[in-house]
Amino acid sequence: MGPIATTISRLYGTRGWIALGAFAAVLFVVFPLLSLAVPEGHALHLSQYWVTLVGKIMCYAIVALAMDLVWGYAGILSLGHGLFFALGGYAMGMHLMRQIGREGQYQSELPDFMVFLDWKAYPWHWWNTDQFWWSALLVVLVPGLLAYVFGYFAFRSRVKGVYFSIITQALTFAAMLLFFRNNTGFGGNNGFTDFKRILGFAITTPETRMALFAVTGAALIGTLLLGRWLVKSKFGRVLMAIRDAEQRVAFCGYDTVNYKLFVWTLSAVLCGIAGALYVPQVGIINPSEMSPANSIEIAIWVAVGGRGTLTGAIVGAGVVNGAKSFFTQAFPEYWLYVLGLLFILVTLFMPQGVVGIVRKWRATK
Amino acid sequence: MRGIILILLLAFAGHAAALDGAALDKLAFGESDEKIEAIGALLAEGDPRVAEVLQALAEGEMQTAGRRVLIVRGEEALDAASGERVAPLPKEREDVVANNRLRGAIGAALASLKLLSPDRATRLSAAGALSAGVDEALLPLVRKALQKETDAEIRALLETAVASLELESGDKAARLAAIRTLGQSNTPSSKTLLLPLANDPDPEIRAAAQLSLRAVEGKLLWGELGGLLFAGVSLGSILLLAALGLAITYGLMGVINMAHGELIMIGAYSTYMVQNLFRAHVPQLFDWYLLCAVPAAFSISALVGMALERIVIRWLYGRPLETLLATWGISLALIQGVRTIFGAQNVQVENPVWMSGGIQVLSNVVLPWNRIMIIIFAAAVLAAMWALLTRTRLGLFVRGVTQNRDMASCVGVPTARVDTLAFGLGAGIAGLAGCALSQVGNVGPDLGQGYIVDSFMVVVFGGVGQLAGTVYAALVLGFANKFLEAWSGAVIAKIVVLVFIIFFIQRRPQGLFALKGRAAEA
Repeated sequence: MGPIATTISRLYGTRGWIALGAFAAVLFVVFPLLSLAVPEGHALHLSQYWVTLVGKIMCYAIVALAMDLVWGYAGILSLGHGLFFALGGYAMGMHLMRQIGREGQYQSELPDFMVFLDWKAYPWHWWNTDQFWWSALLVVLVPGLLAYVFGYFAFRSRVKGVYFSIITQALTFAAMLLFFRNNTGFGGNNGFTDFKRILGFAITTPETRMALFAVTGAALIGTLLLGRWLVKSKFGRVLMAIRDAEQRVAFCGYDTVNYKLFVWTLSAVLCGIAGALYVPQVGIINPSEMSPANSIEIAIWVAVGGRGTLTGAIVGAGVVNGAKSFFTQAFPEYWLYVLGLLFILVTLFMPQGVVGIVRKWRATK
Repeated sequence: MRGIILILLLAFAGHAAALDGAALDKLAFGESDEKIEAIGALLAEGDPRVAEVLQALAEGEMQTAGRRVLIVRGEEALDAASGERVAPLPKEREDVVANNRLRGAIGAALASLKLLSPDRATRLSAAGALSAGVDEALLPLVRKALQKETDAEIRALLETAVASLELESGDKAARLAAIRTLGQSNTPSSKTLLLPLANDPDPEIRAAAQLSLRAVEGKLLWGELGGLLFAGVSLGSILLLAALGLAITYGLMGVINMAHGELIMIGAYSTYMVQNLFRAHVPQLFDWYLLCAVPAAFSISALVGMALERIVIRWLYGRPLETLLATWGISLALIQGVRTIFGAQNVQVENPVWMSGGIQVLSNVVLPWNRIMIIIFAAAVLAAMWALLTRTRLGLFVRGVTQNRDMASCVGVPTARVDTLAFGLGAGIAGLAGCALSQVGNVGPDLGQGYIVDSFMVVVFGGVGQLAGTVYAALVLGFANKFLEAWSGAVIAKIVVLVFIIFFIQRRPQGLFALKGRAAEA
């Protein structure tokens, strides 16, 4: 077998690859067919609502994968991943705002909120954001750099466990306060919205939506494979060893700080990408994405699905967010009870999550 | 003796009869400008009956019959000029209408009449009201009062009032004199008066104004500093109350209780319920409802806390990250529960009378009673907690279990029960914090969310497991927040403090006060 074949067989068994292929077929064939080819009004037609919803949940699933990498495999519980997601979203949002051009309410070169604040020019951090490549770079660089600097100081001074969780929460809280201010230059509490175009295509047409959906699907599958490749490699073994007994790993001669720093930064970058895919589909980004509550919710997606299993992260993000959109429409007043109970019951009775239960069930059969 | 009184009364009556007819005429029949002028003229007489006439005009009791001016109350009428009864009531009468501008002028005039009152406190408050800005019509009266006044404090206020008027006069010498007078005062209003003059086109006035402005600012600085210090202590005491409960549950027991904020919220809602009970059943004792609310808030929060410990947290000891998630779930359910019971809107919690108002320390510093009470309350709670932890059996057990759970269990300490009680204590103190917070802020389902990050910051900054550290950290963060706020605004101050703590913890993960010895390595 060649090295590529070895890698392929190391990632998943035959059944795993078949399941992944089926998943990809649903995303790239069934969804476009039902949404674009089947005419509206037909029983099998898939409405825009569903395309947006599933697209949104796939973005969340990428975040859950990123969270699982740091929490499930390296034992670092971040309560600030919403910040990296939102930063990626804002970087993309800046580009989308500039694509509006003169079609805003005030018909100005500048976005409406800047006209409203009586600004005459773009602030410095908007520099070059009209170029897509630069914004795409920001999507990766800003969350990555922030995570790198933050992680460098935190891991080097051996901040860990709950301490680390709490200061990540403080970080996203501080950022939220900052972005709520009008003069930060990110639209204050309204954030960015009313996008018109992306890469020259009108953003609301079904074709553009489907394209965004497909890109998100590809990103999700790519993230899954990347994560799987990482955790199956020697790097992943060391990571799990650090999770279980960091001091011993350090005494064996591994530089644990760098391992943690790498996976932490990678996780933040993945979140940024997810945020950038999320904004054009949902059509709005505002500072509430950075609220501590949102970041903690990410942890529950992973916990529900099963920590330390990448599939579990995707399942968890799907189940919890599916339930959320069902409850917030049908019984809005009960959603917080359900979410609260989910937090309690999962930590008390399902430490391995859904995937853990399925595995146990299989083992007893 | 009786003779003297009679003579005085006669003299008084005689004087009253001579209320200036021309001015009264203008007041009743003139245009509004004339009316305002007439007020000034009447005031200058210093007749006590002027107050009655003006009051009548403001309240719409003044009427005219022919050229006669009357004050009509129901079926009775008085002659405005003489004060004599008029009977029978003339048939043809017309109302004298007072518009808003006139009413404003009358209000100021009535206030300025108080300047002549024999009571010092009345004069002082009247002078204080006038020093913020005075109408030109009142100038003669204020001057007259100034001549008679002997009290230095009131004199200073009146001089400011006169000076503020003279600033606008055309005479340059008068303006310069006024600027110099203002420079000797120490009120924020003289600073506002001087500020525009510091850029006056006339260089002489500009120089004088700048000089006076610096003098006033120098005097105000102490007040501002004092006010800032007080605000810092006040915020520190609130942070301390919010964090003290967490210092027990997190600091001593190691439980990450994300529902801590919601226990605070439950304390605040308990206060609200006690307040409603008092209002409904014993309204005469309403001012003292807090005495009942304090134990109620403590016990309700403590009971909720103990139930949580028994049902959920007990199973998660030693797994801090899971505890964090489970307690977050609890907090969501509690928030929604309160929303279901009390509604999503904020509820109204009233200060008792003895907690409203404040003490005026300097011209620009007022210390509100509710803030002072919270500082005292925080100190009392701290003292009680310290006594409980160091002077009682339960406190001994809690400290024993914290330091070495297995050993404590071996010597017969019922560790499980101690855990429940200690958690209940922490929760109860959170309830007390809620009771205090209900007196200074809004009470709503989201109340706790605003405090959870802050409380954790205080505990972590002070050093986990250290009560003294928590106190210092709360005060330091309170001061830092308020001083930064004065310099950069509230939001930036908060961000700076958070970022500072984030960096501080990375430099010194053990907090301000590190535990020494073995416990530090755990």
